Amino acid sequence: MRISRLATSSAFTLLGLASAVTAFAEGKNGPTDGGLGLQRSVTPVMDSITNITNYWIVPLMIGIVIFVLVLMVIILIKFRAKANPNPSKTSHNTMLEVVWTLVPVIILVILVIPSMKLLYYQDVIPEAGLVVKVTGNTWNWEYAYPDHENVDPYISNIVDIPNDEKFGLSHPQIIAKIEARPADEPRLDGRPYLLASDAPLVVPVDTVVKLLVTSNNNIHAFSVAQFGIKIDAIPGKINETWFKVHAGEEGTYYGQCSEICGVNHSFMPIEVMVVSKAKFENWLASDGQFSAQYASAKETPNTLNITGAVQTAAAK
Amino acid sequence: MSDHKPKFFTRWLFSTNHKDIGTLYLVFSILGGLIGGYLSFMMRMELMDPGMQYFASPHKFSMFASMHGLLMIFFMVMPAVIGGFGNWFVPLMIGAPDMAFPRMNNLSFWLLPVALICLLISMFVPGSPSGNGFAGGWVMYPPLSTSGHPGPAFDFVIIGLLAAGFSSIFGAINFITTIFNMRAPGMTIHKMPLLAWGVLVTSWLLLLSLPVLAASLIMLFTDRNAGTGFFDPSMGGDPVMFQHLFWFFGHPEVYIMVLPAFGIISHIVSTFSRKPIFGYLGMAYAMVAIGVVGFVVWAHHMFTVGMDVDLKAYFMAATMIIAVPTGIKIFSWLATMWGGSIRMTIPMMWAQAFIFMFVIGGVTGVHMASAGLDTSIHDTYYIVSHFHYVLALGAVFAMFAGFTYWFGKMSGYLYNKWLAAAHFWFFFIGVNMIFFPQHFLGLQGMPRRYVDYPAEFAFWNKVSSIGAIVTLVGVILFLIWIIEAFWVKRKAADNYWGEEANTLEWTLSSPPPFHQYEVLPKIK
Repeated sequence: MRISRLATSSAFTLLGLASAVTAFAEGKNGPTDGGLGLQRSVTPVMDSITNITNYWIVPLMIGIVIFVLVLMVIILIKFRAKANPNPSKTSHNTMLEVVWTLVPVIILVILVIPSMKLLYYQDVIPEAGLVVKVTGNTWNWEYAYPDHENVDPYISNIVDIPNDEKFGLSHPQIIAKIEARPADEPRLDGRPYLLASDAPLVVPVDTVVKLLVTSNNNIHAFSVAQFGIKIDAIPGKINETWFKVHAGEEGTYYGQCSEICGVNHSFMPIEVMVVSKAKFENWLASDGQFSAQYASAKETPNTLNITGAVQTAAAK
Repeated sequence: MSDHKPKFFTRWLFSTNHKDIGTLYLVFSILGGLIGGYLSFMMRMELMDPGMQYFASPHKFSMFASMHGLLMIFFMVMPAVIGGFGNWFVPLMIGAPDMAFPRMNNLSFWLLPVALICLLISMFVPGSPSGNGFAGGWVMYPPLSTSGHPGPAFDFVIIGLLAAGFSSIFGAINFITTIFNMRAPGMTIHKMPLLAWGVLVTSWLLLLSLPVLAASLIMLFTDRNAGTGFFDPSMGGDPVMFQHLFWFFGHPEVYIMVLPAFGIISHIVSTFSRKPIFGYLGMAYAMVAIGVVGFVVWAHHMFTVGMDVDLKAYFMAATMIIAVPTGIKIFSWLATMWGGSIRMTIPMMWAQAFIFMFVIGGVTGVHMASAGLDTSIHDTYYIVSHFHYVLALGAVFAMFAGFTYWFGKMSGYLYNKWLAAAHFWFFFIGVNMIFFPQHFLGLQGMPRRYVDYPAEFAFWNKVSSIGAIVTLVGVILFLIWIIEAFWVKRKAADNYWGEEANTLEWTLSSPPPFHQYEVLPKIK
């Protein structure tokens, strides 16, 4: 009886894992409440990650777990003391031991092949159409376009109220406070709270974007789930990664700092606005001006953070 | 000779008796677990809903998370599996009268309360400009742990961890010496019970990895206080170097926590299947293999630091190899049960749950070993879920398995089966509710160590936090059955599990005499 209860509860957890495979194909950007699988892919690297995860790894994991579970349940029922009062004395079977050593080896070799292909595809950076320098600060991101000197480096802060005003408030209450602010301060305008920023990284669609990532102080990690990128921002070191958003996938994508970096680690989101190539050229021609949605950035592109304190890109 | 016991203070404070020291370790581990558990329970309460309800400062939340990790590893799991069960049962199982260096054993234990006090003090003294305590995660990466935490809190953490580290090094020397030199006549190394094998391999891992941790902690200390720049890029240092040093210790540390657990599970599975362990030599050398390979895979914790791609490829392949000896262990446990005559006692329930949870934690480990896929799940809740499946549901289940298996042997009393079963079910369901949904959160991209999260992550966080409440009931039931057992005092027989429990400790009374094996047992 106990055994069957163990089996049922385990079966439920397995069911959850199984449905993870099917949960990735929604047309929405960012995380989904109650979602089970990876976020929707919009780059070739994330396509491979998604394929290997959903069609190799997850089925393999579920297969192994179910195999062991079924075997365990069969053993616990078939060889329970009442059904089998006299235990066997077998304690060796060379053939069996060789098999359960070699079969995992074969499975791993099969798994290593696509993993290696993915790794080298991801890590060898193709000819870039745009280079962006990303610098982690405590606690915001700074974006610079080294090949476009007319665009000043700018700082991207979270759209939020100060921590000491937030205690005990629910998200709808905080959002109401943000939206009630004067027009020259950044607002969410329907963008997700804790993911939206006051100045997004702007990149063109269907172009290889190479990121040079570093940090001014603590270690941060620049990550955008739907692009399949995550790279540490380390002081004294410039890391590289790349992405190329599929044609037709213009839109806003979100990420979050992914290496603990101090008190506001939870509050330095990454917002990437992917625009058409023509729009991107216009944006560059305008010296990197933002629309009204990003109020503070529009007024004074690189000097305001959310609390209104002056902070220049160079001053950190 | 009569069974002479010293008086209370001499017995417990100046103890040189391996069983008394083992008891001290176990009591200490329960205490460490309760403090660490409180910290994690508060974290789960905070994460139950979006927004900040319990922690006014994100710094305090990160401090709780960092201390939870350090306390659970150094003051709960390690004292229990190595100090507790190792001290109690390695000498009994190999037929030794005591440990090789009883006074060093005493020192090993008493360094731990000193270490714990240092860590507890650190929580109440200034850490970073944002508040008290150290909030840089248990991994302590600089520059957050150097220039990011100028206050004395992190110095207390360093001193505490150095004390805990030396405690473990002394313990390791003691176990290695004991196991190599004090086995009873006829107890060859290839006849040695698997718990002793687990503790032996673990001791080697401790001896080789902890000095590296100590060195890197001292470098952090001098970077903070003496003007050195080992990890400061503005002085020519490299913060990534710390990560390499830390994980050179940190990865073997994972196996340090789980190898003795493997040993415990082997004994329980064998006893309640009424069969000898299947493939004994394979089991023993699988542990050795895990220990050896465990030293050359560390950088899989650092796939996003910007390593050379060939290096990543190596660490990916090496990491996946560990699945092979681990698989051997799982299949050997199942083969031990095959053809057996299985009794589902309380320890056997914990052992079965251990095997199943460890398989889940193991397969997700293979997933994240693939460096390319790790990009998606690195530093997300997927990782949190994975290492809690192998540690909180793995090592801790094995500790409960061992505790319920040997409780009568150690205390001389039997516990109430129904209370212990209730403890199992609440704990089992609770921890699965906490950690299984975190796989989904991780795949969805929720980063670790966040005090507040976008509303899109709310549902699974809610489920996870409700699981924490269920687990709390389990923990309370655990304390209740211990108290009940000491209160009611049902006497335990010498071998209360029956003849199939055939390691040497079952030849002794329950509890064993203060000094055992005055005539050494002979093993045929």
